[in-house]
Amino acid sequence: MRYRLARITTRTVNATSRRLGRGHGTVIGGRAGLKVDPWLLQRLSAGRRVALVTGTNGKTTTTRLLTVALGAGGGDVVSNETGSNMPPGHVAALVGAGRTTQAVLEVDEIYLPRVLSATSADVVLLLNLSRDQLDRTNEVRMVAGRWRAALAAAPHTAVVANADDPLVVWGAGAAAQVHWVAAGTRWHLDAAGCPACEGRISFGGDGSWTCTAGCGFARPAPEASLQFSEDASEPHRGVWADGRVHDISLLLPGRFNHANALMAAVAAEAGGIDAALALAAMSGVENVAGRFTVCPFGPAQARLMLAKNPAGWSELLDMVAGDDGPVVVSINARIADGADPSWLWDVPFERLGERVVVATGERFRDLSVRLHYAGVAHVAHADPVDAVAAAAEGSARVIDVIANYTAFNHLLAARS
Amino acid sequence: MSGPLRIAVVYPDLLGTYGDGGNGLILARRAEWRGHEVELLQAPSDGALPGADIYCLGGGEDGPQVRAARTLHDDGMLARRVAEGAVVLAVCAGYQIVGRSYPDARGDRHEGIGLLDISTVNGSGPRAVGEVVAETVEGAPRLPTLTGFENHGGHTTLAESAVPLARVTAGVGNGDGSGTEGALAGRVLGTYLHGPVLARNPALADLLLGWALDLGDLPPLDDGAALELRQERLGGVAGQARRRFRPRRRVH
Repeated sequence: MRYRLARITTRTVNATSRRLGRGHGTVIGGRAGLKVDPWLLQRLSAGRRVALVTGTNGKTTTTRLLTVALGAGGGDVVSNETGSNMPPGHVAALVGAGRTTQAVLEVDEIYLPRVLSATSADVVLLLNLSRDQLDRTNEVRMVAGRWRAALAAAPHTAVVANADDPLVVWGAGAAAQVHWVAAGTRWHLDAAGCPACEGRISFGGDGSWTCTAGCGFARPAPEASLQFSEDASEPHRGVWADGRVHDISLLLPGRFNHANALMAAVAAEAGGIDAALALAAMSGVENVAGRFTVCPFGPAQARLMLAKNPAGWSELLDMVAGDDGPVVVSINARIADGADPSWLWDVPFERLGERVVVATGERFRDLSVRLHYAGVAHVAHADPVDAVAAAAEGSARVIDVIANYTAFNHLLAARS
Repeated sequence: MSGPLRIAVVYPDLLGTYGDGGNGLILARRAEWRGHEVELLQAPSDGALPGADIYCLGGGEDGPQVRAARTLHDDGMLARRVAEGAVVLAVCAGYQIVGRSYPDARGDRHEGIGLLDISTVNGSGPRAVGEVVAETVEGAPRLPTLTGFENHGGHTTLAESAVPLARVTAGVGNGDGSGTEGALAGRVLGTYLHGPVLARNPALADLLLGWALDLGDLPPLDDGAALELRQERLGGVAGQARRRFRPRRRVH
C-alpha cells in the first residue's frame, strides 16, 4: 500500500514539477516518493537486472553506452538519463519504467554503497577515481575504501573495474568476481601512495604498476585491454586476454570515450550480451547529454565539451591538442561544480599554448590568473555567450568550448 | 645568494591535492619576470629532497600526509636548509606536518618535523570549508588583506615561538578559538589558505621571494588579473561573512 502510494507520489510530484517548468522533474518527485516509502528503491529494483555505473569521470557517457549495449540483446532498458545520479533520480527513473526488466543507473561515487545495497545490482562498473569537488567529497581514498567494503558485502555482484587505476583496484579488490579492464588511464597524481600499506605505487612505462614496499598490491591481469591508435588509419581495438580482438569505432571522440566503451562492452558481456554486438550498438551513439556536439552558436559553430576536474581536463586538453582554432574556457564554482576552483592549478592549461583563448564563466577571474601564470595570452568575457562570439570573430573555424559542469549546462541552454 | 633561485615543490605526489603546486609556479614566474634565473623543481617523495632556497608544501590526504612527514623527517634536508635560512611556505596538511604534532583520520597523534612551534588536533565539529578573509597581525609582516579557501578538520594551537600570521574576519583559520590564521617563525610560514594562496595574494608571494633573494622591495609586476580576483572574492565574502561567521563563542 505504502509502495503504491510512494510510486504515485513520485509520478505526481514530477509531473507537476515539469508542468510548472521547474527543471526536468526527476529529483523532487523521487525525494517525495522516498519520504513516503524509504524502501522504495529496494522495491523498484526487485525483479529487475540492475547495472550501476560510477567513477569520477565518464559516468553519464558510459551509462548511455551500456544502456545501448544491453539494448542490443533485445528488450527495453531503463536509465536515469538526465544525470540525476542519487537515489531520488534512480527512483524517478524506475517509477516510470513499467515492466522493463533491465536498468542501467549512473551513481554518484559517494552513493555507491547505499545504492548497491538497495538495488542488489547484478553488475557494477567502476571507471576511475581522482580528485573532484574536494570541498564536498573530501578524499578519494576514503571513497575507494567505502567501495571496497560495500563490494565485499555483495558477493553476487559482478564488478567490471579499471585495472589501470590503483584506487579503483583497491575499491574493487575485495569483491568476489571482478572483470579487470586495462582502460589506459593516464592520471596517476592521486594514486602515488599505496592504499594497501604505507608504501608508494611505482608506474612502469608499459602500464604496469606495483607497490614498491612489497605489500603485493599491483596491477591485476586484465581480461580486456584498450589499444588506442594515435594513427587515424588504424582502428582502435579492444584486445581480450583469451585472444579475441574487436574494433571499437565510435562517433564520440577521445581515448577516454573508447575506454568507456570497452568497459561497457565487458559489462555487457557479464550481462550475457556478445561484446562485438555491444560494441556495434555503441558505435551509433552520437552525443550524450549534449557533450561533444557541434552546434550553431550565433554566427559561429561551437563544439561543446564538458570537463569537471583535473583528470577530465587533462584528457580533453590532450584530445584538442592537435587543433589550432580558438578555444573558449568557461568556469563556474557552484555547489555542483565544487565551491573551490583551486583545481584549476592542477590543469595543464599550458597546453593551450599559442591558441586564441577566451576565459569566461562565473569564475573567469580565477581562470584568468591561472592562464596568466601559464603564459597563455587570453581575453576575458564575463558572459559565456559574448565569449563565444569574441572567439568566433575573424575565424571560420569550429570553436572548441570547454566548460565545467554548470558552465556547460548554461552554454547548452544558450546555444542557438 | 649565488646561482639560480631554486624553488622546490615538496612531494607533489603526496602533498598536491588542492592545486597548491601552483604556489611554486607563481613564485618561479614572479622571480623570472623580474629577471632572476629560477630552477623550479618538482621533488617527488621517492627521491632525496633537493637543496633549495624556497620549499612549498601543499595539502594532502591523511595517509599521504603521514607518509610525507615521515619521509621528510628521515630525509633531513628540509630542517637542514631551514637552519641555513631557506624559506618554507606550508599549506594545510603541509602546515600541520611542519608543526610539532598532528592527527591522522582516527585522531592518533603523529610527530611533525617541528619547524613551527604549533600542534594540531582534530576538531569535534564539522570541517572548516569555505572562503577565508584575514588581516595580518602585529608581529607578522604587514600585508594587504589575505584571501583564500580553507578545507580542513584540524584545530591548530600556536606555542610561544610561533606568531600568528593573521586574524580571520571571515572563516575559521587555526580554529583553536583564538581567531588567528596561520603561523610564522623566522622564514617558515604556514597557512590553511588554498586558492592557491599565492594566486590570490601576490604580496605574500613577494614577501617570500624577498626573503629568499635577500631583497627588501621588489619591482612591481602586472597584477591586474590577481587584483580583480581579489576584489571579487573579498567583495563576495563580505556579504556572506556576516551570516556565516557570527561569533559563536569567545575564548578569552
